[in-house]
Amino acid sequence: MTSEPNNLSNAEDLLKVLAQKLEPLLQNNTALVGIQSGGVWLMQRLLVLLNDTITAKSIQHGTLDVSFYRDDYAKRGLKTENRPSQISFDVENKHIILIDDVFYTGRTTRAAMNELFDYGRPASITLVALVNRGGRELPITPQITAVDITLTADQNLQLTQNADGALRLELKSALQSTHQAHHSHE
Amino acid sequence: MNNPQLDSDGRLRHLLSIEGLPKKILNQILDTAESFVGVAEREVKKVPLLRGKTVCNLFFENSTRTRTTFEIAAKRLSADVISLNVSTSSQSKGETILDTVDNLIAMHADMFVVRHSQSGAAHFIAKHVPEHIHVINAGDGRHSHPTQGLLDMFTIRKYKPDLHNLRVAIVGDVLHSRVARSEIHALTTLGVPEVRVIAPKTLLPTQVEKLGVHVFHDMKAGLKDVDVVMMLRLQNERMNGAMLPSAQEYFKTYGLTQEKLSLAKPDAIVLHPGPMNRGVEIDSSVADGQQSAILPQVTYGIAIRMAVMAMLAGGQISGNLS
Repeated sequence: MTSEPNNLSNAEDLLKVLAQKLEPLLQNNTALVGIQSGGVWLMQRLLVLLNDTITAKSIQHGTLDVSFYRDDYAKRGLKTENRPSQISFDVENKHIILIDDVFYTGRTTRAAMNELFDYGRPASITLVALVNRGGRELPITPQITAVDITLTADQNLQLTQNADGALRLELKSALQSTHQAHHSHE
Repeated sequence: MNNPQLDSDGRLRHLLSIEGLPKKILNQILDTAESFVGVAEREVKKVPLLRGKTVCNLFFENSTRTRTTFEIAAKRLSADVISLNVSTSSQSKGETILDTVDNLIAMHADMFVVRHSQSGAAHFIAKHVPEHIHVINAGDGRHSHPTQGLLDMFTIRKYKPDLHNLRVAIVGDVLHSRVARSEIHALTTLGVPEVRVIAPKTLLPTQVEKLGVHVFHDMKAGLKDVDVVMMLRLQNERMNGAMLPSAQEYFKTYGLTQEKLSLAKPDAIVLHPGPMNRGVEIDSSVADGQQSAILPQVTYGIAIRMAVMAMLAGGQISGNLS
């Protein structure tokens, strides 16, 4: 499947693709963890979609705010808004599905993994992202994505949530660039 | 007059007193602390925010609890901590405060937590240190104890989330209390509509009303229908001369008993900054009772101190970023 740039606006369709790909991975000791804020929105939607389709009625889940683990903290300081991380289940020996909205440099993932290990030693971590936009700076890449595209460094892809809860992808370009997202295979 | 506590972008640079801090910063500290409460409940009670930083606790005046909570807070942020009880070291050999500070800066300290019996000591050090070094006031004379004021606000907010709808009474030795001053400034800045102080005339500063508080000398009248009772420690060690007849007499009039507490709202909470004089300003049955939030205050104090240190240490070179 190839993706046109305007497909990006349809985050809701991508979400369904993601849920389908995720379903075979679920086991008894799987837990979903969303990274604030987009990853948490996705996780909440995925919980509903996955609970509808499978018998596992209550998938354990939690949220991470990786602010305290970021490698650029000394430069940027704390965001004015932090949301406490909430991992109320025992991480020890769980198969963690870590959910982010847009995968870019891999630094958020690194911070999230470091934080997760402070809760315990998971059996495994699988990284899931709605979109892999290319541009990683670390040897980290998502195992499951709904779509893979290539954006330039001056383009900024963000997941937003409407008041009614619907998800939307917004592509902004700092330079009003005419670059188009390159097609790529999943 | 420029505010030494804020940098040119309006961000926190030192924490010296609650007075002069905008509501926005106070709320930011309280909100950030919210995120740190959970850290203590995890398998690894640490986050890497201050990894590689050195925090110096400079205590020119003894305080076990405050020093310990600052030390724990810094360690949970992964900082290296040095606690100096200065009253028993160089100072007694005649070294000045600034010489002590300069020596520690030469050892690459990044942050100072200062407790001193003289008002303004932390200000004095803050004015002296280079730009990349941060100072936290952990209590100076009768002047200010900002992290205590903040942790009290955090505790109140935990039990009574709507601060705009509260009646709060501060009871006891307001005159000698830096805690009371910080509490009053914090409460009024955060928009608590009614702040009362309850004390005998001899233990109130002159013109205390100018801080925006209602003054009561009768404890029973003052406690009527309040949501929060903030007890102060009777500062025995600062009491010169005969301001009070006796500790027993004080307890009778201004000690918090279950009977007096029953005049407050039924769900009122009781705070005390510690250390408590049981049977002087507070009865044991109240201190250990259902309405006491005194031990949660200690727990939340760590989260508040983590939040302050994290905010001070981060983002100081953001001007270099695009």
